[in-house]
Amino acid sequence: MGRIVLDKVTKSFGETQVIPPLDLTIENGEFTVFVGPSGCGKSTLLRMIAGLEDLTSGNILIDGEDATEVPPSKRGLAMVFQSYALYPHMTVRKNIGFPLRMEKMSQAEIDERVEAAAKSLNLVDYLDRKPGQLSGGQRQRVAIGRAIVRDPSAFLFDEPLSNLDAALRVGMRLEISEMHERMQTTMIYVTHDQVEAMTMADRIVVLQAGVIEQVGTPLELYHKPQNVFVAGFIGSPKMNIFSGPEAEKHGAATIGIRPEHTDVSMSEGTWKGTVGVAEHLGSDTFIHVHNTGLADMITVRISGDISVKHGDTIYLTPQAEQIHKFDAQGLRIE
Amino acid sequence: MAIVAQSSKFGTYGRPVLAWAVGLLFFFPIFWMVLTSFKTDADAVKPEFLFFFTPTLENYLNMTENYDYWRFARNSVISAVSATVFTLFVSVPAAYAMAFNPSRATKDVLMWMLSTKMLPAAAVLYPMIFLAKGIGLYDTHILIITVLSLINLPIAIWMLFTYFKEIPKDIIEAGKMDGVNTWGEIKEILIPLAWGGIASTALLVFIFCWNEAYWTVRLTTIDAATLSKLIEGNRAPEGLFFGRLSAVSTAAVGPVVVLGWFCQKQLVQGLTFGAVK
Ligand SMILES: Nc1ncnc2c1ncn2[C@@H]1O[C@H](COP(=O)(O)OP(=O)(O)OP(=O)(O)O)[C@@H](O)[C@H]1O
Ligand SMILES: [Mg+2]
Repeated sequence: MGRIVLDKVTKSFGETQVIPPLDLTIENGEFTVFVGPSGCGKSTLLRMIAGLEDLTSGNILIDGEDATEVPPSKRGLAMVFQSYALYPHMTVRKNIGFPLRMEKMSQAEIDERVEAAAKSLNLVDYLDRKPGQLSGGQRQRVAIGRAIVRDPSAFLFDEPLSNLDAALRVGMRLEISEMHERMQTTMIYVTHDQVEAMTMADRIVVLQAGVIEQVGTPLELYHKPQNVFVAGFIGSPKMNIFSGPEAEKHGAATIGIRPEHTDVSMSEGTWKGTVGVAEHLGSDTFIHVHNTGLADMITVRISGDISVKHGDTIYLTPQAEQIHKFDAQGLRIE
Repeated sequence: MAIVAQSSKFGTYGRPVLAWAVGLLFFFPIFWMVLTSFKTDADAVKPEFLFFFTPTLENYLNMTENYDYWRFARNSVISAVSATVFTLFVSVPAAYAMAFNPSRATKDVLMWMLSTKMLPAAAVLYPMIFLAKGIGLYDTHILIITVLSLINLPIAIWMLFTYFKEIPKDIIEAGKMDGVNTWGEIKEILIPLAWGGIASTALLVFIFCWNEAYWTVRLTTIDAATLSKLIEGNRAPEGLFFGRLSAVSTAAVGPVVVLGWFCQKQLVQGLTFGAVK
């Protein structure tokens, strides 16, 4: 079980309120990702759920019980820190077994659980090493192992992959996703990397300045962003967003079109511009177009390769049904 | 080029020479003391025997009769060890609380503690003596241990605070998630991670306690008198004897020097344990 309900929680540090009243329900077994720009309060929110940070007001319910005043270890949650936070003076075996030892579990059972966790995380060969003798990826796995052995009702991750190099990050991303598929345990995952958010989440919570901008599945956020902020935040490369006469033509204050929803021609189209930089990825080509009169730069994404070079004149045609419209308050118009 | 060559020449030769010179300058009085301790009382005052004399162990062999060395030494050990233990017992939790649960007042509390060290000891000399006599603790171990602990607490808390600050907060928080209570946090995480710092603090406090003279001399007569009192008193019934006095002084500072020498390796190891992240 692991259903977590945040009921009008707020958080202030001294005079500054970083989380205005916020409501959120995380269903049992769900993989929820908190995403948002740096400083928006993702970690603070996660730490409030963990119990490492007191609430200024409001309540947290875990499986229907008020956990607001319950100490961290009694909440049945396990946390994986960005810095791994392993105990440097203990071997991997001791690290993973530590929470069980604190629960006064029998040594035989501790050994059994540690072995099982080590096996599932490919750590068997490293059990007698100290964290200092491990690579970043291995350390992260130890941190995950320490969380798994407790058999928690929910896992909390605070940017667990951001200290790893790109290749390892992709691998660990998959491992964590697979772990979730296998265990079906609630997971809350904080990241500012929207690719991680899109690929891992059942549901994404987009935060800005402590406020939830939108909650939804990755595809809901992609296809129906509720406001300009979410539209610009989700998706890579970023959605092209602009206001002005072109937006008014569509009966909106602001419109947005994703790079992949724009057709390109060298001879004719709706918008005319000149090529700035063309980035060839092989599978795709990103073209950055200037002088359209709409925005400083429009990015388009073409599947496959296309031969354009700097200074070429290019015509862009947005796919009409893919244009996102927003009103003067920045809210989506259907 | 010439300047570079010169300065590197200074680096290779000048600096070690300078270091040795300064070292010897500081070391000389101790060296002299040790040297004198092997002279007879008669030789000790004769300049012609400054470096060349017939060494004798007589001063050391007679130390017990001349000065009752062991009684003072025992008192020194009792008060320095107890005061060190007591100081750590108070300062570890205090520094822990300030390092990991700082409040708005933490900085002020630290400064206030340091400021107590700025009060001249002489200012409270008579109040202390009257107080000690009034409550009947004058010349007792309890009094000396309490006083030594109190005067060393600020420095111990400051040192430990700095060491504890080095421990990443995440590790303490991971401990909280894993279910350690406050005592477990100190025992399982803090002490193993900061033992180098705790050991050097303990050693330093011990040395300060062992060497303390101002209060131990003034608050004791016989029963709780330490080696400092013995040296300061330095009066044998027959007068002033430099040979004997040097021997007893050497025997008084000896234990601390030996202790520091042996702990050196562990201390360096402890301080460079690092690898916390
Ligand atoms: N202990 C604290 N005291 C005062 N302000 C704090 C404290 N912790 C966080 N804040 C502030 O609260 C806000 C939210 O911080 P938080 O760490 O939750 O951001 P975040 O979304 O996790 O950012 P990042 O992606 O950079 O980790 C920030 O503006 C930060 O400055
Ligand atoms: Mg954060």
